Amino acid sequence: MPILRILLLRLLTTVVTLAGVAVIVFFVIRVVPGNPIAMMLPPGATEADIARLSALYGLDKPLVTQFWIWVSGVLQGDFGTSISTRQPVLGLVLGRLPATLELSVMALVMAVVLGGAAALTGTRYRGGRTEGAIDVANGMALSVPDFLWGLILILLFGVLMPVFHISGRVTPSLDLPFSTNFYLFESLIRLRFDLWADIVAHMFMPALALAIPLAAIIGQLLKQSLKETMNLDYVTLARTKGYGETRVILREALRNAALPTLTLVGVQFTFLIGGTVIIERLFSYEGLGNMAIDAVINRDLPLIQGIVLLFAVIFTAVNLIVDLLYAVLNPRLRHA
Amino acid sequence: MTALVIRNLSVRLRKGPPLLRRVSLDLAPGEVRGLVGESGAGKSMIGKAVLGILPPSVEITGGEILLEGTDLLRLPPADRRRRIGASCALIPQDPLTALNPSHRIGPQITDRLVDILGWTRRNADARARELLAEVQIPDPDRVMRSYPHELSGGMRQRILIASAFAAEPRLIVADEPTTALDVTVQKQILKLIAGMQARHGTAILFVTHDLGVVSKVCQRLSVLYSGMVVEDARVADFFRAPRHPYSAALLAATPKYTDPTAGLNPVPDAVIEAVRAEVAAFDREVAHG
Repeated sequence: MPILRILLLRLLTTVVTLAGVAVIVFFVIRVVPGNPIAMMLPPGATEADIARLSALYGLDKPLVTQFWIWVSGVLQGDFGTSISTRQPVLGLVLGRLPATLELSVMALVMAVVLGGAAALTGTRYRGGRTEGAIDVANGMALSVPDFLWGLILILLFGVLMPVFHISGRVTPSLDLPFSTNFYLFESLIRLRFDLWADIVAHMFMPALALAIPLAAIIGQLLKQSLKETMNLDYVTLARTKGYGETRVILREALRNAALPTLTLVGVQFTFLIGGTVIIERLFSYEGLGNMAIDAVINRDLPLIQGIVLLFAVIFTAVNLIVDLLYAVLNPRLRHA
Repeated sequence: MTALVIRNLSVRLRKGPPLLRRVSLDLAPGEVRGLVGESGAGKSMIGKAVLGILPPSVEITGGEILLEGTDLLRLPPADRRRRIGASCALIPQDPLTALNPSHRIGPQITDRLVDILGWTRRNADARARELLAEVQIPDPDRVMRSYPHELSGGMRQRILIASAFAAEPRLIVADEPTTALDVTVQKQILKLIAGMQARHGTAILFVTHDLGVVSKVCQRLSVLYSGMVVEDARVADFFRAPRHPYSAALLAATPKYTDPTAGLNPVPDAVIEAVRAEVAAFDREVAHG
């Protein structure tokens, strides 16, 4: 019942959020200097050519009318046509979405595993040299931005010790039997571990670059709340029952300590998705972020609008998932 | 064999002042001993030392804790932990914070039986149901499926008491088990602990600052001041004629609810000075070997 209420409430706020995003992106990219027609025409085009092309894309109409045309199209599932590629925006964007989703989720999993391991180890050996070393590593991971990690990784594992691919999503010469664009997922389902290994070897470094700063945040926050939880009465009571330190941490403390971290991971994950824009560019990874940069360079207005809207949908969905997870993990909320 | 013997137990803050000064006491099987004293006297510290839950800021500098003849302080840590889990239990002070908010009640009673003592889940569940009935909780099955936040403070303390008796321990440390409760609930809980203790024949170290409680449930008591046992006596003798001036003053200071006109009788300054001098003399003696 409460979960249903959360969902309904969320759906309402999502509609308002998306409407706001639509308005802002539509008008802001038209205020910013540069226009798509100028990008398309060869040098020496006449005023008449410009006018004709503008009319073709509806760019000669008043802004509000243009907005209305776009919005009514979107509501019917038509996101317009990309100016630079002359293909429908929706198809382009949805075609790239799986690549970015796989990259982000892979990065999130890496961040949770690395950060969780750091936090648990740090708590288990708190007050000693191990915890000190973990704190130093966390600090370093946090003070270097994701794209710089990307460059460092390329240097380490792409150049000095070339074990991973530094560009693309999959080796181009491979024959792909996939019917969706979820390559990583589909290669597993089809038990094509050869392809899976190739995809992972491409994805590993960009995902790790995205994951490292988030892992550091998770590690620090989770360790902090684990250490606080370890002093609570119910943990002390569990010790008297005969449980060892490791089991006390995992059984008694982890679940309660994970709650505040979870909220933060939700917020940080949206930053991580934002980070894919630069990381995908750096690794020539064919995802939404890379497409977004091309769209901005080409002043491809409909495509920019489509990508931004899709990002907004992803952010809202991530926040919704976090809220639902929180309700599942915290029994006090479930019955409230 | 005595259930618990503590000999010359000394505890101090790491590189700091002593918190327990050569504390000695013993506890026969099925006996209840009160540990009384003002806050900071070290009464809880004794219970924590026995259960192996001293905070990391504190260290044991000497002495023995013999649990049924075995010195816990000489056991390797893992053995000591298991030994304590199998034959000791804690009734904590605050029932609102002593249950894990994200686990159901049932597993919090049975966890020790299943994980440490190797019972089957079915037997452990049956045992938990039996215990909850014994502490007069209606509908034990529903309560076992509940989360702590769904239950009142009094209910939770009953559950913690049931859980403490689950493995039929030889020794229970009750750390001010009624202090956090409503006055009306305090009496019931005290009666409940006394009843359970009598039925199960468990030895209890009863930490409290309330001499009234001691007179109701304990057979013997240790009066502590500044980590030193100033008096060790049978409860009946103590209430008739306390031997040490400090414990006499402490007894006189106990408010009498039956006589509201009596007012408060704080421990006189002269008595405090005298007992402080005693502690100082003890420290000097220790320092000179």
